[in-house]
Amino acid sequence: MNALNLKRLGPGAAILVAAAVVPSIVPRFYTYILAVILITALLAMSLNMVVGHGGLYQFHHGVFYGVGAYTVALMLTKTPLPWWVGFVAGPFTAALMGFLIGLFCVRLNRLYFGMIQISLGSLIWALTFRWYGLTGGDDGIHGIPVPDVLSGVTRSYYVILIVFSVCLFFLYRIYRSPFGTTLRAIRDNPERCAAIGINVRRHQLFAIVIATFFAGVAGVLFVVVEQSVFPDLMFWVLSLEIMIMCLLGGWFTFSGPILGAALMVSLRTFAGVYTEYWTLILGVILILLIFFLPEGIMGYLSTKRKQKNGRRTVE
Amino acid sequence: MVGLSRAMILFIVSSGMSLVLGVLRVPNIAHGSLYMIGAFSAFSISTLLGGGNAGFWLALFLAPLVVALVSFIVERALFCHLYEREHLMLLLFTFALMLILGDLVKLFWGADYRSIMAPPLLQGSIRILGSPFPKYNIFLLIIGPLVAVGLWLFTNKTKIGKISRAAAVDMEMVGAIGINVSWVFAFTFVLGCFLAGLGGALVSPTISITLGMDHDIIMEAFLIVAIGGLGNMWGALVGSLIFGLTQSLGVLFWPQFAIVFPYAAVVIALTWRPRGILKSVW
Repeated sequence: MNALNLKRLGPGAAILVAAAVVPSIVPRFYTYILAVILITALLAMSLNMVVGHGGLYQFHHGVFYGVGAYTVALMLTKTPLPWWVGFVAGPFTAALMGFLIGLFCVRLNRLYFGMIQISLGSLIWALTFRWYGLTGGDDGIHGIPVPDVLSGVTRSYYVILIVFSVCLFFLYRIYRSPFGTTLRAIRDNPERCAAIGINVRRHQLFAIVIATFFAGVAGVLFVVVEQSVFPDLMFWVLSLEIMIMCLLGGWFTFSGPILGAALMVSLRTFAGVYTEYWTLILGVILILLIFFLPEGIMGYLSTKRKQKNGRRTVE
Repeated sequence: MVGLSRAMILFIVSSGMSLVLGVLRVPNIAHGSLYMIGAFSAFSISTLLGGGNAGFWLALFLAPLVVALVSFIVERALFCHLYEREHLMLLLFTFALMLILGDLVKLFWGADYRSIMAPPLLQGSIRILGSPFPKYNIFLLIIGPLVAVGLWLFTNKTKIGKISRAAAVDMEMVGAIGINVSWVFAFTFVLGCFLAGLGGALVSPTISITLGMDHDIIMEAFLIVAIGGLGNMWGALVGSLIFGLTQSLGVLFWPQFAIVFPYAAVVIALTWRPRGILKSVW
């Protein structure tokens, strides 16, 4: 048991240690990229919780990311409140938005769920895009006064690493908790779950609130790194891109989205240097994934491992 | 009135989307890209033929065919192998298609703004009730209902139209009575994309043709289909009218937030009737 735990935690701990020493070795630019990867990974994991584990068509997850980021940005620039109030308010505002939008969505199934979420999300996007007085419209808000404790690439990287690890811990606890198990059961067979007395809608709504909370955390961290916000954060293309990350890493796995986000962000960064046709590459990758690796990299690996170990590792 | 002619374009595009959604059960995200290809091909064809009347009419005829050809190749080469998969995969496939087509358009036509003129026959404006009104918009107001009637005749009076409606309701049963469902799907997909191309060709004289027009239209078409009732052609018409009219009312009364009005209308419509105003075919 202990050995198994060690084996399972070993790689994670090693990565964590590696991530902690990285900024002192590599140039600043790579530290920045790593920070972006961590933020994106958190966002992808929060989405995966509802899409991969909850089986919900959360088509417009980016909105909550944007809401979190905008909340902080507005609180720091427009109100005299101490800075930490904004940082705490960001995730909660995102979760509140998730609750309100979720209330509408969970009444419906599958595609209608996605449709109504896209329309509500687009409404928020359109408001942000146009409300020059409050949100700066399509320019966004730049030069957000992030406190000194958090500014600077290296320092913000460590803050993000700590927050990310804490979130990861909680997400894992939720994944392993009875609630997480129930959520996956609902994904696989909603009718049967309803029949044994599980309140399907309430569980789904709760999952959305949790996921949007963590999306809000990611949004806050985005502000820490970039010190600016813009409406593209809420555009539906971003929402679908996060979905691709989950697909790339593996829908049904816990850690898949981290891998997916890491690969996508690094690919985009390095492909962007050589070519302006990044979306073409992305599209081709996506088609290859759909055809040859629909379970994602982690999903594929875990299937392989199960085949190799036979029935020994039945969980 | 401007809102009405805008609604006609939206209707033509979203009816194609609705058709695909009704039969294949996939919201085709690449629909907007096909619309963009329609507009760009209309530009190329009419410039090639030196503008004028003939150039425009031929472009209007050929551009949707180009789009239909593209969609046919994509459908037979890739898409038709995925019909057994989960919906989410199909959706992501169309998203991949959108990414690829968008960049291919950039490769072929570049990132410049393009524009074409309306044919001499439809240039200028006439006065209706004392206010000037462009002739081209009147043309759109005529062609929109024509497309609606044509589509209705097609789906209700021809055999293949009836088959595709049957496939929308119960695909397995249609397969069981010996109809090749895969080809019905292919046909519907191509027809839907043809309509996207037609919309693109029709809209090209009224706006500047540019990259990014796919992003604008696709969300609108998506929402129109959602408020109208998935797969319902008349729903697409109602949705387009709501969308086009609220948009122009918004421009009239509160220009800064004009973009918000149609979205708000959609939210209200969906809150009132979550499954669309008219009955969905599902």
